[in-house]
Amino acid sequence: MAELLQFVFSGLTVGAIYALVALGFTLIYNASDIINFAQGEFVMLGGMTTVFMALAGVPLPLAVLIAIVVTTGVGLALHRLAIEPARGASPVALIMITIGASVFLRGVAQIVFDKRFHSLPALFGADPIQFGGAAILPQSLVVLAGAAVIVVLLWLFVERTLLGKAVIATAANRLAARLIGVDTRRIVDFSFVVSAAIGAIAGILITPITLTSYDAGTLLALKGFAAAMLGGIGSPLGAVVGGLLIGMIEALTAGYISSSYKDAVAFLIILVVLVVMPHGLFGRSKVERV
Amino acid sequence: MRAMQHFTVTAAIGLCALLGAGLSASAEIKIGTVLSVTGPASFLGDPEKKTLEIYVEEINAKGGVNGEKLQLIVYDDGGNANNARTFATRLVEEDKIVAMVGGSTTGATLAMIPVFEEANIPFISLAGAIQIIEPVHKWVFKTPHTDKMACEKIFADLKTRKLTTIALISGTDAFGKSMRDQCVAVAPNAGITIVTEESYGPRDSDMTPQLTNIRNKAGVQAVVNPGFGQGPAIVTRNYNQLGIKLPLYQSHGVASKQFIELAGPAAEGVRLPAAALLIADKLPNKDPQKPVVVNYTRTYQQKSGQAVSTFGGHAYDGLMILVQAMQRAKSADKAKVRDEIEKTKGYIGTGGIVNMSPTDHMGLDLSAFHMLEIKSGDWTLVPGT
Repeated sequence: MAELLQFVFSGLTVGAIYALVALGFTLIYNASDIINFAQGEFVMLGGMTTVFMALAGVPLPLAVLIAIVVTTGVGLALHRLAIEPARGASPVALIMITIGASVFLRGVAQIVFDKRFHSLPALFGADPIQFGGAAILPQSLVVLAGAAVIVVLLWLFVERTLLGKAVIATAANRLAARLIGVDTRRIVDFSFVVSAAIGAIAGILITPITLTSYDAGTLLALKGFAAAMLGGIGSPLGAVVGGLLIGMIEALTAGYISSSYKDAVAFLIILVVLVVMPHGLFGRSKVERV
Repeated sequence: MRAMQHFTVTAAIGLCALLGAGLSASAEIKIGTVLSVTGPASFLGDPEKKTLEIYVEEINAKGGVNGEKLQLIVYDDGGNANNARTFATRLVEEDKIVAMVGGSTTGATLAMIPVFEEANIPFISLAGAIQIIEPVHKWVFKTPHTDKMACEKIFADLKTRKLTTIALISGTDAFGKSMRDQCVAVAPNAGITIVTEESYGPRDSDMTPQLTNIRNKAGVQAVVNPGFGQGPAIVTRNYNQLGIKLPLYQSHGVASKQFIELAGPAAEGVRLPAAALLIADKLPNKDPQKPVVVNYTRTYQQKSGQAVSTFGGHAYDGLMILVQAMQRAKSADKAKVRDEIEKTKGYIGTGGIVNMSPTDHMGLDLSAFHMLEIKSGDWTLVPGT
């Protein structure tokens, strides 16, 4: 029983990380139908900027703030300098641009920062919490809480604010949205900024567990993307459920079957779900939304 | 017509100037290198390139080798073995090098071996795997210790602690896989039984399920973690999180200060084999390697502004073994230099004391490794190792 509990704790830890990364995909997708493959680099930038600010002697809370501001700046620049000029291109072409941006950001990070691994101190220390014979790190709960708070805020934003409705309108039909007076360029700007901020926060919260380096974003984005697809891309709740599900499957496979197959089993289940439910667990098909 | 003549004359003069430059350059001894300066293996190639450049400059400032200056020709394979082979061919055919010191990764080295074997050019590799020198290739040597030696060193230490049944948890990256295979292969000879095995991906962020299974396995007396990068740091943290009290052994792949920083207090009591270079200041004064590693550390840190790594040390050893062979041969003749490299005896380098022979093109024994234990956030030398 203690064994199962330990696997579940591991699944929660890993799943919360995937969920937090997956959340970053939702807003940009909702506003522009683009899957932003540079999202992992936002996560990396959040963690790495905080690490290097702290190394330079900046107090941690300020370092965190600077990291979020820097990352949102990069998010805005990505939209203004790379996505906006290609306005009108197909979503596939725009996705290509984000892949290019991801490679570019990784290259720049390698030069601006370094090629080593770095860590951040955990918010509530590194002493594990013992429960029923199993142990979990307080930071895992922090990551989980972070994901929950972001989901609630995103839900409130999209459902309860005019700006949120404008995002949905922009996604549904950009021309129509402009006709009713929505400044669609600002809206997409805004979605990149918020997604970058979510990415940065994710990076800062998970670094005490995952450690970080200039190339940490790639695999995180891959797992985050898988989580977002499984949950239904565009749905914040789906992102979290998808992330936790993948984390849980990986941990249980590693625990009960074999650690060599855990990634294979996770991706197999994603494939099966997507064949049965092409829009993911919580995804809405486009037709329904319009 | 007149303009044409003028052009021809100018061209001829230009050509002469070019040839002249070419001739004066060919009076130097050309040493080639292909390193993974950028890309995923840049942590190897970057310090290797800096080391070679620093020491070639220093040797030239002292008058070169046998009165001739060295010329270093560097290519960057970006971590890609195909590129390495292309550059190797270019070094042979266009640059006409006398000897080669390089090959950051095992993949790149194995891709380049046929090129240098065919061209009869001495090739000192800086990569780890034992396949490079087993079977022996006439023209190929290497300076780094092998993963097999690291396994043997760990097993020898286990035996002295009377621990014989162990669990392995290894990374699925190239380093982790290679070392895991070597450890499994040498375990029976060393009298070690591996009762259970787990693995993790190079970017995994939690290994508690694997470690829980190891903890629940009866009879495990110690755990060995062949791995590289951030994985072993997370394994060490999770090990502590689960409160496992068995001795934990890490590999030489994480023998850097960074590992202690990343693993934090959880690293306390962890043992690992490491080359003398990393513990330059901890070595007893009577250790023959002490002056070499202290000097290299000082020079490298001064010139590059970075902390030393064993990888740069491998490049230092490769260059010095080559230079000393040229001095003994009193020429830069490829065949004579090769013969002299093979006769290297008692060369004291950063990686250990090198005694090569026609059957051993690496020349290191287990004394190249020191067993370290992490105590109060720093390395300590385990007595008797």
